[in-house]
Amino acid sequence: MTSFPASNLITNAIFVLCLVTMAIGASIAVFTTRLIRSVCGLAICCIGLAGLYYFLHSPFLALMEILIYVGAVCVTIVFAVMLAEPDEPARTEKSGATLGWGGLALLIAAAIFSGLVWLGVHGPWMPPTDLLSDGSIAAIGRALLTTYSLAFELISLALLVAILGALAIARSGRTRP
Amino acid sequence: MNPAPIYDQLAIYLIAAAFLLAMGIYGLLRRRTLIGMLISGELIFSAASLNLMAFNRFTAPDQTVGQIFVLFIMGLAAAEVAIALSIIIAVYRNFRSVTTQELSELKG
Repeated sequence: MTSFPASNLITNAIFVLCLVTMAIGASIAVFTTRLIRSVCGLAICCIGLAGLYYFLHSPFLALMEILIYVGAVCVTIVFAVMLAEPDEPARTEKSGATLGWGGLALLIAAAIFSGLVWLGVHGPWMPPTDLLSDGSIAAIGRALLTTYSLAFELISLALLVAILGALAIARSGRTRP
Repeated sequence: MNPAPIYDQLAIYLIAAAFLLAMGIYGLLRRRTLIGMLISGELIFSAASLNLMAFNRFTAPDQTVGQIFVLFIMGLAAAEVAIALSIIIAVYRNFRSVTTQELSELKG
């Protein structure tokens, strides 16, 4: 098997880069006070996540992640930020209580994180005995149009209803002063 | 010692998903505007998707099921964001604010 020199090292480095991008993006999304930076953090996090999907043998989902999350969801949230100017106001309550609640939230998050990590590391995960299908794009397309065709149609209906509902909700109250 | 490279281990992906979930829950508890809470909710969605994809890659016999499920999650997340943002815009029109402390009336 011919291989580029140090290709294993390069692959590992790219994987770690994707992980770090995801972690930094999530941290930016949560810890900043300006909301527009938070949206940018979400976009960075989704780009890192797309890299992880690529490493999970699913280039199709990596493309979809960038297309849907970065291209649609983040842009929509940016529009809402522009329309609603929702910058967090300066904290008015006492800083001690704020610090306490923040610490409590951090404690809950840390507890969930450590519990899930313990489960993930110690769980008896078994590799499959035989593969029914590889996850190629052709196999995905065949499954979408045969086994999952009803769900496929239903999700297009759900998207249509969501668009109409969004228009109807955002229209009401427009004539108020 | 360990023959599998780090990008072929289930635990790494599970830890990354747990980190995303913890970040999302922290943001959901900590944010004081509706849009910030929505962004944290998106992080939780991403955590669930990554978890499903990791288990699909490493433990499922049929490799297409998880990918299709995550695709549906993405579609529903897009629909949810559209609805939630239109509700937020409607709330902003009525209250002139989207901070959660000031939204304290049920029918105003």
